[in-house]
Amino acid sequence: MDWLNAAVQGILLGGLYALFAVGLSLVFGTMRLVNLAHGDLTIIPAYVALVIVGVAKFNAFYSIPIVMVIMFIVGYLLQRGVLNFVVVRGDIAGVIVTFGLSIVIANALQEGFTANSQGLDAGKIENLSITINERLAIGWLPLLIFVMALVVITLLQLFMNRTKMGRAFRAVSDDQEAARLMGINTRHIWAVAMGVALLIVSIGGVMMGIRTTFHPLLGADRLIFAFEAVIIGGMGSSWGTLLGGVILGMAQTLGARAFGSAWQILVGHVVFIIILALRPQGFLAKTVTA
Amino acid sequence: MSLLEIENVSVFYEDFQALYDLNIKIEEGEIFACIGANGAGKSTMLRTVAGVLFPRQGHILFDGTPIDNMPPHKRVELGISSVPEGRRVFPSLSVHENLLIGGYRNRKGPWTTDAVYELFPLLQPLKKRQASGLSGGEQQALAIGRALMANPRLILMDEVSLGLAPVVIKRIYEAFPILLQNGCTILVVEQDVQHVLTVATHVACFLEGRIALQGVPSDLTTEQITAAYFGV
Repeated sequence: MDWLNAAVQGILLGGLYALFAVGLSLVFGTMRLVNLAHGDLTIIPAYVALVIVGVAKFNAFYSIPIVMVIMFIVGYLLQRGVLNFVVVRGDIAGVIVTFGLSIVIANALQEGFTANSQGLDAGKIENLSITINERLAIGWLPLLIFVMALVVITLLQLFMNRTKMGRAFRAVSDDQEAARLMGINTRHIWAVAMGVALLIVSIGGVMMGIRTTFHPLLGADRLIFAFEAVIIGGMGSSWGTLLGGVILGMAQTLGARAFGSAWQILVGHVVFIIILALRPQGFLAKTVTA
Repeated sequence: MSLLEIENVSVFYEDFQALYDLNIKIEEGEIFACIGANGAGKSTMLRTVAGVLFPRQGHILFDGTPIDNMPPHKRVELGISSVPEGRRVFPSLSVHENLLIGGYRNRKGPWTTDAVYELFPLLQPLKKRQASGLSGGEQQALAIGRALMANPRLILMDEVSLGLAPVVIKRIYEAFPILLQNGCTILVVEQDVQHVLTVATHVACFLEGRIALQGVPSDLTTEQITAAYFGV
């Protein structure tokens, strides 16, 4: 693989990481919950799509909007039924419960779908690419995933800055007790935040299921990549999360180009640790205190 | 019927009892001032009325309706809004957005963003500024304006003069009659007795979780208030 090609693939990979990471960041931002089940929650959409495609027998792409709606509802109910009670008990409770939830999800998926790798069928697009020259080709699917990341982040920003509910999200994020005193039902806002997080995760989750295979134990990797993207980019900034994803993606693909593909993941982690040491607040952090 | 009735309310923080069998009646159109030293239970009472704390015993009636177990956002819907201690404006939101959050429940009434800017003209030029960059006095004006945006029937004010310059405190108390004219009853908690007694129609002096003295300010002597305040 050529250097330029590696860099381009890294950027596109970053879009995927950003799609997984914005939900994690949104949840942490609105309710200060470190959701250790987030990685596993990115796997569920692929299995939901698998079931839908199995029943309806259509192209896996068409399942995405349905999966998004289902995952929004799952997120809302998960938050209202379980996590709302955890959030108010502080950081440690959140870490412990979501860690447990992560194990439950992975095992439930293994029970229901076996530990085997599965794939989603989306027809020809899986292998189509745009050939720029003989050394550089851009796959349609990775490009589409990257464009979706841009669209999702733009829409999320518009939602946060222009809508009444987005404003309430930011108020809850600033000071949840003051927000309650202003008439905001934080339990509802948190549930919507979790719903939106899982709705966004569905896009990346299903597309990744189309692009490669998936199995129930992928959650831990996804969680770490999402964390790294959020931290590199800086808390509270969606565009920062995209930047973080791109930096992580490029570190991985360029690392693979330089040292061989066995080094891909490790180089990504090393670059993350270097950035964490030199710029712990991330590149585009937006944190405001009173 | 009183606008707010607190009947035999006891409030605890875990094992520590902060309020003992408290009884308060607030009529519509009053400026009801609660004074007392630090830790006397004034803020606890206010937070119980706002719905952040819940009484272990007793009842709270708002316009005759029991609200003991109602969450804060429902109380805002009924017309109880708060100016919390320490102002608690939303730092990352603009001044204008802070006001809009105050109106989140869409209660109808005289207060709009324009009306708030008219009441506190100092906020008008700061409209687009982040609230974190405001001075203490500006933040306090914003916190009051934000609470008014809920078009409350009862506004709860916690230590509005704390940490502010006397000239700013004066300007804030000057706004009180305007709030009353617009149908808003005021329940104010203060450690600083001097200013609040000039506007209050009723005063209750808190001492160690109980009311040591209450009445119309003009009927009470400075000696009585001092004695009740310090418990001597």
